[in-house]
Amino acid sequence: MKILLVAEYRDGKLLGTNSELINFATQGGGENCMFLVGSNSTLPNYTGKLYLADAGQAGEFNPSLHKQLLLNVIEKEQPQMVVLAHSSYGWDLAPRLALALKAAQISEVVEVKDGNLVVPSCNAKLRRQVKSTTDIAVVTLQGGAFTPAEEPSGAPEVIKVEVAAAGGDIQFAGYEEAEAGGVDLSKAEIIVSAGRGIGKPENLEVIENLAKALKGEYGASRPVVDAEWVDPSRQVGTTGQTVTPKLYVACGISGAIQHLAGMKKSEFVLAINTDKDAPIGEIADVLAVADLKQLVPILTEKLNAM
Amino acid sequence: MKILVCIKQVPDMESKFKVNAAGNWYDDTDLAWRMNEYDEYAVEQAVQLKQQVGEADLTVLCIGSDRVRETMKKALAMGCDRGAHIADDESYLKDSYAIASLIVSYAKDRGFDLIFTGMQSQDRGSGQVGVLVAEMLGIPSLTTLVEFNYADGTVTAKRELEGGIKAKVSCATPALVTCQLGLNTPRYPTLPNIMKAKKKELISTPAAELNPEASLLEVLQVAPPEKKGGGLVLEGDPADLADQLIKILKEKTTALA
Ligand SMILES: Cc1cc2nc3c(=O)[nH]c(=O)nc-3n(C[C@@H](O)[C@H](O)[C@H](O)COP(=O)(O)OP(=O)(O)OC[C@H]3O[C@@H](n4cnc5c(N)ncnc54)[C@H](O)[C@@H]3O)c2cc1C
Ligand SMILES: Cc1cc2nc3c(=O)[nH]c(=O)nc-3n(C[C@H](O)[C@H](O)[C@H](O)COP(=O)(O)OP(=O)(O)OC[C@H]3O[C@@H](n4cnc5c(N)ncnc54)[C@H](O)[C@@H]3O)c2cc1C
Repeated sequence: MKILLVAEYRDGKLLGTNSELINFATQGGGENCMFLVGSNSTLPNYTGKLYLADAGQAGEFNPSLHKQLLLNVIEKEQPQMVVLAHSSYGWDLAPRLALALKAAQISEVVEVKDGNLVVPSCNAKLRRQVKSTTDIAVVTLQGGAFTPAEEPSGAPEVIKVEVAAAGGDIQFAGYEEAEAGGVDLSKAEIIVSAGRGIGKPENLEVIENLAKALKGEYGASRPVVDAEWVDPSRQVGTTGQTVTPKLYVACGISGAIQHLAGMKKSEFVLAINTDKDAPIGEIADVLAVADLKQLVPILTEKLNAM
Repeated sequence: MKILVCIKQVPDMESKFKVNAAGNWYDDTDLAWRMNEYDEYAVEQAVQLKQQVGEADLTVLCIGSDRVRETMKKALAMGCDRGAHIADDESYLKDSYAIASLIVSYAKDRGFDLIFTGMQSQDRGSGQVGVLVAEMLGIPSLTTLVEFNYADGTVTAKRELEGGIKAKVSCATPALVTCQLGLNTPRYPTLPNIMKAKKKELISTPAAELNPEASLLEVLQVAPPEKKGGGLVLEGDPADLADQLIKILKEKTTALA
């Protein structure tokens, strides 16, 4: 099997997901090569052919143009699989490419089992093994599922991809940085987080009280932030903060992959959830199956009495 | 202005999922159904756009069995003008490509200026349908939007990237946008609007009449993930649980030191 990896570059930097792509290809064996819209001055650690288009000419975000450049490389290399990260760049580009190739797309692969790709469903409560019926498949990889033990090494053999005319049907006008300020959870040693399971904003207080009793900070999952019950700086996850406390207490949080990505390196995870099958149980050291509205206040009271 | 919003009905993710007899998806008995969360943002944005431009006709489309009509009524109560139900008892056997091709056969000659979809579904999460529809129609698509503005035939928006960074993008209409969580605050249908929605047009068309394309993906097996060790699971009376938890925190962590 021959694999074409689509590396990522943003704001002048290569992204960390590239090493996951390389690891996926290495695990599978067989031949692989790479495509990147980036810069000659920041090349990825990779041993193999790198088709490089200059981001100065092709733009960092120009999906219709990137698609066209990739199609030219695919025509030349004839891979059986094109692999991207399941990221804001990857999930945007992949379906465009898949349709142009009339290829099946397999989104958010977490594992390879008996040569077939495995993808999650229903908030990771189920897994599907799927197979493409087309000669070429477009695949995106879930972040963190193929993290290599060691960073890849080597220098690529660069093959320049000519960019004829820029064009494209989408105009990209630059980036907007995350708002600065707020709470820095990345240094907190103890974090108690509130999820949608708190039900209503009034219940946030019980979470804050537990955080206080434990002398920690409180955090939140995304729906709680989207509902504007909690300041965005307290959001934990891929689009929020990445935290590594000694103790992380997840209250009413189901454990979606985007949340786990931000807290799975915590030393000890206690989950409080009414759903015994909630995916948070997969990574929690202890899952207390209970209504947080009952358990959290009692726990707080007992801690305060100590 | 003509607007289309595509929604999917999904099971409540807190449900207990069992694999069906055929072993290719979940068993759909005993599940509670709701509108895909991402699509609530799509419907809200479509309704806001309609209110902004005044003269607009907003269609909500959903592919699925008769069961999905209930979810479509919610979209009508939120402010969509009419419903196009594509009746397909086997929609769950179709992949994103086949679903997109059905949406396209409905949409292609109807001249929609803007199409809204969710960025992904909660149950499958492929995140493909929206972009595929746009590519099939040959119109631009902006994905993962957390901010949407429309003026004079141009969509100006912000895409969400990793780590809280956003990309500022724009394109001309006709266009398709895929909606991310937090794009807006989806409204709750009010009782009068729920009543009004009952009288709105909601036409079912059998999927077969729209000549759907065959799927490109084959599902070999569906199964719950293997339990990877997992931790301790405690159940019981809250006061007892609290005592047990304090004991564990003392033994296993330095949090109470
Ligand atoms: C063997 C097999 C079994 C399957 N079993 C099931 C199943 O039991 N249940 C199931 O739901 N799917 C099942 N599918 C997949 C299929 O029906 C997907 O729902 C479909 O491919 C859409 O993909 P998605 O949900 O990943 O869409 P995404 O690309 O993640 O969805 C993005 C957006 O597309 C729109 N959209 C998606 N689906 C619809 C729809 N039906 N009507 C209108 N708009 C829509 C929505 O706006 C949504 O937010 C199965 C597929 C196969 C091959
Ligand atoms: C591109 C992208 C980026 C994202 N980034 C992030 C991110 O950075 N951070 C993030 O958190 N999410 C993120 N998400 C959203 C993520 O996919 C989930 O939707 C979200 O994490 C769910 O939050 P939750 O667990 O609080 O809510 P839900 O999934 O709704 O879970 C609520 C839980 O509460 C439990 N519960 C209900 N009532 C009670 C009760 N009384 N007592 C105890 N338990 C109860 C339920 O059993 C359930 O498990 C992102 C999604 C996308 C697509």
